[in-house]
Amino acid sequence: MTEATSVNVPSMISIRDAYKSFGTQSVLRGVSLEIAPGETVGIVGPSGVGKSVLLKLITGIMKPDSGDIIIDGRNITTASSEEERNDIRAQVGVLFQSAALLDSLTLYQNVAFPLRERLGLSTEEAHPQVVAMLESLSLSDVFELLPQQVPIGVRKRAGLARALITKPNVILFDEPNTGLDPLVGQEVYELIKSSHEQYKFAGVVISHEIPEVFQVVDRVAMLLGGRFVAIGSPDELMASTDAAVQQFIQGKTDGPIRIQ
Amino acid sequence: MSATSSNTPQEYTETTTYSVWAWMFDRISGLGKFFIEFFEGLGRSWVFFGRTVWASLTPPYRFYQLLLQFLNIGAQSTLVVALIGLFTGAVLAVQGDYTLSKFGANAYVGSMVALSLIRELGPVLTALMVIGRAGSAITAELGIMKITDQVDALRSMAVDPIRYLMAPRFLAGVICMPLLTAVFTAVGIAGGYGVAVGLLNLSSGTFLSQMDAAVEALDITSGFIKSLVFGVIFGWVSCYKGYTAGFGANGVNKATTSSVVTASVAVLVVDYFLTSILTRIFFQ
Repeated sequence: MTEATSVNVPSMISIRDAYKSFGTQSVLRGVSLEIAPGETVGIVGPSGVGKSVLLKLITGIMKPDSGDIIIDGRNITTASSEEERNDIRAQVGVLFQSAALLDSLTLYQNVAFPLRERLGLSTEEAHPQVVAMLESLSLSDVFELLPQQVPIGVRKRAGLARALITKPNVILFDEPNTGLDPLVGQEVYELIKSSHEQYKFAGVVISHEIPEVFQVVDRVAMLLGGRFVAIGSPDELMASTDAAVQQFIQGKTDGPIRIQ
Repeated sequence: MSATSSNTPQEYTETTTYSVWAWMFDRISGLGKFFIEFFEGLGRSWVFFGRTVWASLTPPYRFYQLLLQFLNIGAQSTLVVALIGLFTGAVLAVQGDYTLSKFGANAYVGSMVALSLIRELGPVLTALMVIGRAGSAITAELGIMKITDQVDALRSMAVDPIRYLMAPRFLAGVICMPLLTAVFTAVGIAGGYGVAVGLLNLSSGTFLSQMDAAVEALDITSGFIKSLVFGVIFGWVSCYKGYTAGFGANGVNKATTSSVVTASVAVLVVDYFLTSILTRIFFQ
């Protein structure tokens, strides 16, 4: 288990010494992580440690106070224009915690949205791809419904379909099974696994649910106090002697992690 | 600023002196913070306005989104605007007849109703109605989109939320406001005519001829300019408040209330200055 991971291939995602504060509250204090193409890394940690902030830095929705976020060799933090940032974002798909489907659009329209808006395809050009994606994620029966008319599990599947439809090099999963019952939560993990096998994207899975998240990641990075306190394989993390890591894994209230 | 009964006189004085300074410091720093936040907010809202206007006027245009907003802001407001216009015109006729009869000038009810509606009440009341009905809905919709990550989702898909969400709403507001004002004014004049001629026994010819004699093209231009400016205020405030809504249901609640209050007050304040300026330009 190491503080920083060295990889021989060029990284798909490179987070270098990222700092982020909100007012006087310092959330990220020098976070660094390299993620190789096709690799999936879980970022775990207690609620409120800045996992979702890190995800927003990777998508360029937020800018770090200092440090760099590099996606496939292009630095999104120093991009000079929104167009350049959008070019870099085009490589990234995101499955948000609440799926974040546009609630004025049907599931079909939501899945077609990136093809229409990002790639500029016509309705006819987008249709075969959308239908194939809906079928592969078992959404063919509900594609005409609005997001608020279907359960959260279906919304998550539609969100995953939307994230996958442009075949991005990177997919970010923000708390993919939060708020789901164990069966649907496991279904979402199975979908992440199968889609990763099919599309070979580099993935970042933000979660506080361990050991469940270990089944879909190659490595795990634990965020605490604004830094990664442990980075390694799931087995290495499980075997860690770090008191904070063990407290978090075992879900104990006693230990160095103070519950907020 | 408090002292317990166990304080000695000296301790009491020191505590009180310290507390007074602390109290003053807190007030001054609070005032400073208020002004900094106020001017920061003002600056952000102007940047937002500039970006929205730019996105509204430059391609790619989103005609389907614009049509949807014409439906939401324009078509769905027409009935309520017409209804309010009808009764505003009617009550103007009743009040006008009562007031003007004191001077033996009942014949001028038509010109009074028409000028009041065209120059003042049409643009202002329409703006207040549309702000209350559609502005609050826009703010709430955008606020909910923000707190449910839909706005972030757009950004993550390389879609500019200003261009996709704000520009169609802003543009639809600017275009619909003068049209709704025209509906309000026309129906209002019809309401005034109905009451004056049907109930107050004023002759139809007198009502129409006095209205025709009093109303000039510049009166209509003045009302049109006002409604256009109110459309800008409506679109700007309702979109900005939704886009900057705070977290949770409470954040959306506050944003919606603030949107309606800010836009309504802005309309009334701007109306005074616009009336002064337009009167000076057109009628002096």
